[in-house]
Amino acid sequence: MALIDLRATELVGRLQAGDVASVELTRAFLDRINQCDNKVKAFLRVDPSAALARAEEIDQRRKAGKPIGRLQGLPVAIKDLLCTKGEPTTCASRILENFRPPYDATVIARLKAADAVLIGKTNMDEFAMGGSTENSGFFPTHNPWDLARIPGGSSGGSAASVAAQMAPLAVGSDTGGSIRCPAGLCGISGMKPTYGRVSRYGLVAFASSLDQIGPLGRTAEDLALLLEVLAGHDPLDSTSIDVPVPPYTQTIGKPLENLRIGLVREHFGEGLDPEVEKAVREAVRVYESLGATIKEVSLPHGKYAVATYYIIAPCEASSNLARYDGVHYGHRTNEKEMVAELEAQRRGLIKSGDRAGADKLENALIRMYRRSRSEGFGPEVKRRIMLGTYALSAGYYDAYYKKALKVRRLIRRDFDRAFEEVDLIAGPVTPTPAFKLGEKVDDPLAMYLFDLYTVSLNLAGLPGISIPGGFSSSGLPIGLQLQAPPFEEDRLLRGANMFQQATDWHTRKPKL
Amino acid sequence: MLGRLLLTEAELDTMTHQMGDILAYMDLLGELDTEHVEPMAHALDVANVFRDDKARPSLDREDALANAPHRDAECYLVPAVLGEV
Repeated sequence: MALIDLRATELVGRLQAGDVASVELTRAFLDRINQCDNKVKAFLRVDPSAALARAEEIDQRRKAGKPIGRLQGLPVAIKDLLCTKGEPTTCASRILENFRPPYDATVIARLKAADAVLIGKTNMDEFAMGGSTENSGFFPTHNPWDLARIPGGSSGGSAASVAAQMAPLAVGSDTGGSIRCPAGLCGISGMKPTYGRVSRYGLVAFASSLDQIGPLGRTAEDLALLLEVLAGHDPLDSTSIDVPVPPYTQTIGKPLENLRIGLVREHFGEGLDPEVEKAVREAVRVYESLGATIKEVSLPHGKYAVATYYIIAPCEASSNLARYDGVHYGHRTNEKEMVAELEAQRRGLIKSGDRAGADKLENALIRMYRRSRSEGFGPEVKRRIMLGTYALSAGYYDAYYKKALKVRRLIRRDFDRAFEEVDLIAGPVTPTPAFKLGEKVDDPLAMYLFDLYTVSLNLAGLPGISIPGGFSSSGLPIGLQLQAPPFEEDRLLRGANMFQQATDWHTRKPKL
Repeated sequence: MLGRLLLTEAELDTMTHQMGDILAYMDLLGELDTEHVEPMAHALDVANVFRDDKARPSLDREDALANAPHRDAECYLVPAVLGEV
């Protein structure tokens, strides 16, 4: 079996035993990237010599008998919104095209300390805003199972890199489904941990009360390994929670006893593709055969989740993205052109006798902000900045923002009630398998509604996982989502592992 | 213009339609009675987190200025805001 066919946990074991060197392994994945990424386009940047130098350094330390971190020189792909010191970090936005952060994100520091080889930065929807990776400011990523289709988003590059075997593990972020959706559509596993479980320090902010970093890999075991490295309290993130991180990799093999699984009545309504529904129901039967009890539960406010999310997330985004002003870092408009344009407008107004209009023109600083931002941001980012600014403005604040925050509490209460009766909730990840590139680009509302089954978990702050749950008749992966109460990642991983011991969906690989 | 953006006529045209659709969809929330519901700004019920009020090393000035599109040795530079442009 080729190295790239092995799972992350197996590879770490081999590295540790000295059966394979990190250089050899890193080269195998770099070769795969060379072979496939011109089709998939999962990576924004790969620096082979830096990755190999790092692998070499780890191998040298191993030879010298010095201690090696948890990941033993395993390559890991990184979503390009995690700050890596001195290396470009773009968020797939033109506005950050030349940005090189002066520090490492906490998760990057943790990965480096665990001796991961950072193999490349992956593509995404610009600022993580989207569910298809078509909103990248550079190029779209393609689904390895069908190159004409989207990989999901916003961590589409991370998911596609693992699905196409260009990386054994990847890091993503999930604000409204951005790990679970692409994991589901690419036929791999991905987890959004509880809000506060993983430090957000150095994660470029989209919606700060919803963003959470998490692992992507082939199996639940892979996720357990990476989550152990990523999770933990960080004084640099005041929302990171100071609770112990359980040893996920040690408990994952233990099946959950007397498991009660909830099926949400409202999940199986209009808009759910029959093949996705069939896969979810069959997955539930697998759990039944493993001794689980299945119970119907209700999340009555679920139908309001998309509207609630698309008020709260843009509000937070409009505030977070105010920092892109062409002054401190990022793109700045051509100043000479800008001043000439402003001067010409002023002269034009005065010439037409509109002195008042000329006086009302903004000054050069404000015009510089506006031009820099408009040149740097893509259409979806602009749409969300305007939505958020509108929903937060005087006169609309109560009707939109405050109302959404109240509904957010109702959504959380629904979950709390459901989890009094069941241990895990099982359901779909997305309403349909991967759609075609371009299919929804002109219809943002249709794109938003694709997030129907994922956003409520972020609003509630709870953990969730997406694992391969089947395939459509046309050979596209279908994800199964499991959701759990706060800080029950261990339960999710064990539940997912039980399913993967009984099925083989997670072993299937696309032909590339 | 909202959020300090500048849109072309064509962008304005498309966005107006799209924003209209999106905002109309948001009206769905109107059917819920939330009068006695406390807003939930955050998923965690954590109180303010404070650190000791001690000075610590912070980002070096050169590092902080390194990404600036326009700077001198010590400062960020912006277009003149006083007087005629």
